[in-house]
Amino acid sequence: MELLVCIKQVPDTSEIKLDPVTNTLIRTGLPSIVNPFDLHALEGALQVKDQFPDARVTVLTMGPPQASVALKECLSMGADEAYLITDRAFAGADTLATSYTIAAAIKTIQEKQGAPFDMVFCGKQAIDGDTAQVGPQIAEELGMPQVTYVADLKIETFPNENEIERLFAITKREHESGFEVLKTELPLLVTAVKAMNTPRYPTLHHSIRANRYEVKTLTVADVDVEMERLGLSGSPTRVRKVYQPPLRSSGLIFKEGTIDEKINQLKDALIQKSVI
Amino acid sequence: MFEEYKDIYVIADRFEGQVRNVTLELIGQARLIADQLGQDVKVLLLGENVKDQAQLLIHSGADTVYVFEHPLLDRYNTDGYTKVITEFFESHKPNAILIGATNDGRDLAPRISARMKSGVVADCTILSVDTKDGLVEWTRPALGGNILAEIICPEHRPQMGTVRPAVFKKPDLDMTRQGQIESVSVTLEEADLHSKFLEMIKVDMGSINLEEAQIIVAGGRGLGHKANFMKLHELADVLGGVVGATRPLVEMGWAEYPQQIGQTGKMIAPKIYIALGISGAIQHTAGIGGSDIIIAVNTDPEAPIFKVCDYGIVGDAMEVLPKLVAMFKEWTIK
Repeated sequence: MELLVCIKQVPDTSEIKLDPVTNTLIRTGLPSIVNPFDLHALEGALQVKDQFPDARVTVLTMGPPQASVALKECLSMGADEAYLITDRAFAGADTLATSYTIAAAIKTIQEKQGAPFDMVFCGKQAIDGDTAQVGPQIAEELGMPQVTYVADLKIETFPNENEIERLFAITKREHESGFEVLKTELPLLVTAVKAMNTPRYPTLHHSIRANRYEVKTLTVADVDVEMERLGLSGSPTRVRKVYQPPLRSSGLIFKEGTIDEKINQLKDALIQKSVI
Repeated sequence: MFEEYKDIYVIADRFEGQVRNVTLELIGQARLIADQLGQDVKVLLLGENVKDQAQLLIHSGADTVYVFEHPLLDRYNTDGYTKVITEFFESHKPNAILIGATNDGRDLAPRISARMKSGVVADCTILSVDTKDGLVEWTRPALGGNILAEIICPEHRPQMGTVRPAVFKKPDLDMTRQGQIESVSVTLEEADLHSKFLEMIKVDMGSINLEEAQIIVAGGRGLGHKANFMKLHELADVLGGVVGATRPLVEMGWAEYPQQIGQTGKMIAPKIYIALGISGAIQHTAGIGGSDIIIAVNTDPEAPIFKVCDYGIVGDAMEVLPKLVAMFKEWTIK
């Protein structure tokens, strides 16, 4: 069984702070981390490997050469193989160009290993872009079914419509009102939410291997792509401008007096503004 | 260059059979965009027996509603909806497509975009039009809501985006408005759907539906302990509102994830937001900017929440809470 996990190295946006003097964002010096949702995707794949010990877990990322650090972190958790897709030609890609490139790389890897992936795991979204689009777009490019926002995953064997035993995923898909339970024959791409599992810690054994492991690199020469669909120039969407939203101006702050007096001041202000 | 691509399309989103509010909000926005471009608003309504809901979409501002009825469309599913919608768009060339940024909409939009090989902008909160180039300007929060990015799709059609629920107001219904309702024949078989629906596990979100709530009372670490957080329900009940929380409270297990407000939780847009014992880290305030009125209570007069609130009380949240309950029992929100 071949399992693939797509990950992204992202700046840790939870570390962003506001400069108290200028009220502007302090965006420099943010640590690089593996996108937190992707760790749940990886754990999902590793749990399938726990169930099927012959399975191979491959991790894949697209990014600059330093993104291999993120791949090594996944190896130290127990992934078997790691691929970095990196090339100047891929830079500036929007979600469609990114997913097109990643899907092409997936096809290359499948040819190399001589077997298609049975499952692809992605995080539900990356915390820097928050689009949640690349997973479904990869699935479409691969012609693979998808289940997004997966909070629980089980792999079971059932007879298919031709009464042949096949592997199926039983997924709990997070929904605004609860969970939708779906049954899908593999192959399948899933996107993981945090409720899916608790990512395991790296082990010493895997960390030693990760240190020695040479990440496999794919460049534009290794993938079968139309050049005009790559990178910034191959991206349908363009960022026209980026700006910090204006802060709300602060209002009336009641500091003086007893709690009762402050409540009365609030009440008067709300009455005056016809709020109550 | 794109003369044959016209009209602003909205894909209706349904919940338990009924069209969701976000669809009506999008029809309102589509109307504004279409009017500036001299084009029409068209809605795709998919389901099993949904034709009787088409009139509501007309009254909300649609010119045409295309109704797709089929048993396999009763419930949203990636494969069936993608197939039916993209096949329809082989013969109808849309200028722009608006989809609600619900879990279903965010599942569908990228799948359609990849099949139609055009771009899609996720989770927009501001929509505007560049009338000179006929472009929709899609503005969305990035970096956890800390910055806004305006994105265009200049050289591909359709222009596509998902739009967050509860950001835009529902348009007023115009009961005299006339429009076209057209049934479209659907070709779909069981074999087209790779996933089989087994069951729906309902979670009672009624008390914690933050995105649609008009009044939200939320707590932060300043409350001290979980029992105090639970006391917020009394104030929420008096106000007819719901209870939310900051991320640390969810991480400590005081509150559930659906209650989390901010960058990694829900973006909210209530009439009144009451923040108790919340200092106002940027990851939290990124999610509350859509509130009409923010009332904050915190012991620290320097807390950042006081920079973004409309009314603030410097004091202990647990002392202020019962007084607020008493006040709102006497004085109701208009």
